[in-house]
Formats: sequence, structure tokens, C-alpha cells
Amino acid sequence: MRFMVIIKADKKSEAGILPTQETKKTFAAMGKFNEQLAKAGVMLAGEGLQPSSKGKRVRFSGQQRTVIDGPFSEAKEVVGGFAILEFKSKEEAIEGALQFMELHRKFWPGWEGETEVRQVLGPEAFAPEA
Amino acid sequence: MTTAHPHSAIDAVWRIESARIIAGLTRIVRDVGLAEELAQDALVAALEQWPESGIPDNPGAWLMATAKHRAIDMFRRNKLLERKHEELGRELKTQQESAVADFDIANDDDIGDDLLRLVFISCHPVLSTEARVALTLRLLGGLTTEEIARAFLVPEPTVAQRIVRAKRTLTEAHVPFEVPRGPELAGRLSSVLEVIYLVFNEGYSATAGDDWMRPALCEDALRLGRILAELAPNEPEVHGLVALMEIQASRAHARTGPAGEPILLLEQDRGRWDHMLIRRGLAALERAEELGGALGPYALQAAIAACHARAGTAAETDWKRIAALYDVLSRLMPSPVVELNRAVAVAMAFGPAAGLELADALASEPSLKAYHLLPSVRADFLLKLGRLTEARAEFERAASLTRNARERELLLNRAGACAAQARPQ
Repeated sequence: MRFMVIIKADKKSEAGILPTQETKKTFAAMGKFNEQLAKAGVMLAGEGLQPSSKGKRVRFSGQQRTVIDGPFSEAKEVVGGFAILEFKSKEEAIEGALQFMELHRKFWPGWEGETEVRQVLGPEAFAPEA
Repeated sequence: MTTAHPHSAIDAVWRIESARIIAGLTRIVRDVGLAEELAQDALVAALEQWPESGIPDNPGAWLMATAKHRAIDMFRRNKLLERKHEELGRELKTQQESAVADFDIANDDDIGDDLLRLVFISCHPVLSTEARVALTLRLLGGLTTEEIARAFLVPEPTVAQRIVRAKRTLTEAHVPFEVPRGPELAGRLSSVLEVIYLVFNEGYSATAGDDWMRPALCEDALRLGRILAELAPNEPEVHGLVALMEIQASRAHARTGPAGEPILLLEQDRGRWDHMLIRRGLAALERAEELGGALGPYALQAAIAACHARAGTAAETDWKRIAALYDVLSRLMPSPVVELNRAVAVAMAFGPAAGLELADALASEPSLKAYHLLPSVRADFLLKLGRLTEARAEFERAASLTRNARERELLLNRAGACAAQARPQ
């Protein structure tokens, strides 16, 4: 089963202190971080995102199209990064998400936040529950 | 806040952590069988304690610490024995001292190295192929004996015995816990790749409607391959194998129709191919080629698979390139099956007559005597050449050789179509 783990932004990543800070140290930590995830053999793709102040929201509503500039107010509702991971069960996905967050904390001490674990809609989703 | 059911959560922790724990323990106790027993003991302790105490923050570290304590207890017990059996004891004492020292120096890189050593020991040539497969899935895939048995359609005690015997063989042969170096590496690595690809194919050749464990083997093999690619990033054939598996797996959902009937590659709905896996596969192939491994057997097969993956429609397939790649592959690892595939590619690239010539050369090949694809491929060429009577006979012969009922039906239909076409108006 394929899951998307969505990492909610925290105050630091929104302030651009985290992955966007272009110091060698941060990039080295990012590299190591990705390497450790890849070593588990479960990560298909994943990226960290720039702060929402550099992002836009594009909205369709009735006939109206609006483009809204970031930053977006509720940091908790802002996506900070994502990973697409392959697991055998939901339990494994949750365990994987916990490890994913542990890794955040290991490479960026003091990190705290929330992730959302969502199963990707695929043929397995229509199969009977195992 | 809700938490998952503790037992399934523990299963999940185990599947994710067990290989690293067993690998780390093997380095300490220098015996893979003993390491696995210690890890299992820790798992039993978790099953007893976690439902009450809750799952610890770092469950992997908890399991490792528990297993290490068991190891220390065991060394202590053995040390007491030492007074009675002094000659044996001296060796154990050194082991204990090095074990205690080992506890402190392990870091992430060591864990990677330990895992790689565990891969090589599980696929050691001293073991039979079946034993290598079972041990690899058990130690590195975190599968239970029951799951392995179900996946390979053999009784559980058979698998259990294979594993017990494999561990004993490794102990008796004093197989060192190391990554082979120098000239030994190539041979040992190809044994590892063979095991992983065998697991993949076991899952891939299973058809829909089977036990779900069989297709899941593809995922296990892919995961092992991806881990290996991280552990041995400079080995081109590892990336070649990963590329091949990613691209083949990308077609998994398009290979069967709603009723479970097989759908041939050229007739598959390419929209159902998994483009994320294709992208990963192409990237892995590129990596293999960058490392100078374009001519490795896995990389070549991946390159052929990539030709199909890159084609937006079946008609856009670069058959000339596929034929050329098969040409290289057939020289590298000559086999009648590769030759038959080459015949198909040549026919697509240069016309049915050229393909038929290659297929006819295989007619006397003893290993293909009962292989339904040879007459089926010949029939296809003959049909395209308008030699309908011969085509019909070959389709019928292919139908009589296949063991798959759906395929037989399809072949007989095609034979019937030849007959109808041949009949004068």
C-alpha cells in the first residue's frame, strides 16, 4: 500500500529557518536525512517545501478565480513537506510516520509538529481488507 | 488520540526494525542463528510488556537494548561456565569484552555495514538457493515462517526446517560476518541479486485471485533491492536489478483484466502503468549506466523494459533498439528464451520473415520442446506472412502445450480465425 505522509509546517519552517536556510550544515543534514529514509527501502519520493510566504493559493469559486499570496495564517494547516512511502499495512505506515518525525528531530533538534498519514487511492484500496 | 491495536503495531515495528536489530546483534555475537534467537526473545518481551506499558518512544532502540541485555546475560552465564571449562571460557571472555566494547561504538554507518553483511551472509553460496531465499526473507524482509510458506506454497514446517538448517550450516561453516572484498565480491553479489530477483519473480508470475502474499513478494523484493542500492551505491548491477524490478512492477495493475485474464504488454492500458515506479526505474537505470554497468545482464534487461516504459503507445515502441539490446543480451547470457524474445523483437523491427528465421533455428532446441510460446510465436509470424494453414497448426500445437486454460482458449480462437480466413469465399 502506498501512503503519503504530509508534514505540517512548524513556526521555524514557516520562518524559513529550517530547510531553506542555505547553510552547508542544513544541506548536509538534509542529505543525511534523505539517505536514512532511503535506506529503509520504503521511500518512493519526498521533498521539503519552501515556506508558505513564497507560495500562492489559487482558488476557483463559481466564476471567480483568485490567486492569494502567502504566507498562510494557520501554520498548522500549511504543508511543510511530504513523502510517498510504501508499506504493508496502516500500522506500518503509522510506525513509519513516527520514525519519519524522529528523524526530523534528530537532524533539526527542537523540531515539533504533526504529520498526516493518508493512503494513496490505488487498486489495493478496492480490495477486501486483509 | 487513538493508538493502533498493540499487536499489529508491534508487528509493524518488527517488520521495520528486525533486520537492523539482527544485523547489529550478529556483529556482537558472531552467530546469525543466535542473533535471531536473541532478537526473537526481545520481541517476546515486547509482546508481554508493551500492551501494558505502551509502545516506547523509540521501539527499535528498546528492542535492541533488550536483546543486548540478553546477550550480556548469556555471556555472563557462559563466563561462570568458564571456571568449569577453562579452555572454552577464554574464547568466550574475549568475545564478551569485545561485545561490551561493541555496544558503545555502534553508530548509523555501522548499522548500514551490518545490514550489508547480513545480506551477504543470508545469500552465502554455502546455502542452497531455497535456503538463501527463506533466510533472506526471514532475516531481512522480517517475514514470519508462515508468511514465507504461504508465499512459496510449501508447508510451514518445510520452511522452518530450511531456516534452522541454514543457520546451522552457517555456524558450522564458520562463515564470517563480513562484506566480501576483491575478486570474491562479484560472485557473492550476483548470488544476492539472484535471490532478490527470484523473490520478485515468484511474486510477479503469480496471477490475480491468488493468495495476496504472492504479489506482496514483489514489494518485499523491491524493498530489499532499494535497501541494497543504498548500502552498495557503487555497484552498477544492483541499480540495474532495481531498475528492472521497478519497471516491471510498474505494469502490475495493467497486466490482468477484470476477470483475472492476462493482458499482453502491447495491449495493456498504459494509463494504468505506475508512472512513479517507471520514473524511479529509469533513474536507477541511468545510475547503472553512469557507473559503467550498461552491459550488465540486469541493466540490459532493464534497458529493454525501459524501451517499453518510454513508449507512450505500443506503436511508438523502439523495436530496433530492443532488437539490438536482445542481440547483446543473447551473446552475454545465451539462452533459448532470450533468443525467442530476440526473434519477436527482430520481427517487430524488421518484419516477420526475419523473426521466423530466428524462431526456426530454435525448433530443435530440447529445452523448448514443451514450451508453448515457441509455436505461439511462430504461428504469429506465419499468420503475418499469410501462411495460414501452417499458422493454424502452430496455434493448435501451442494450445495443446499451455497449462493455462485462458491462454489455451485464446490460442484456439486464433487457430479458428486462421481457418476462417483460409477458407475460400
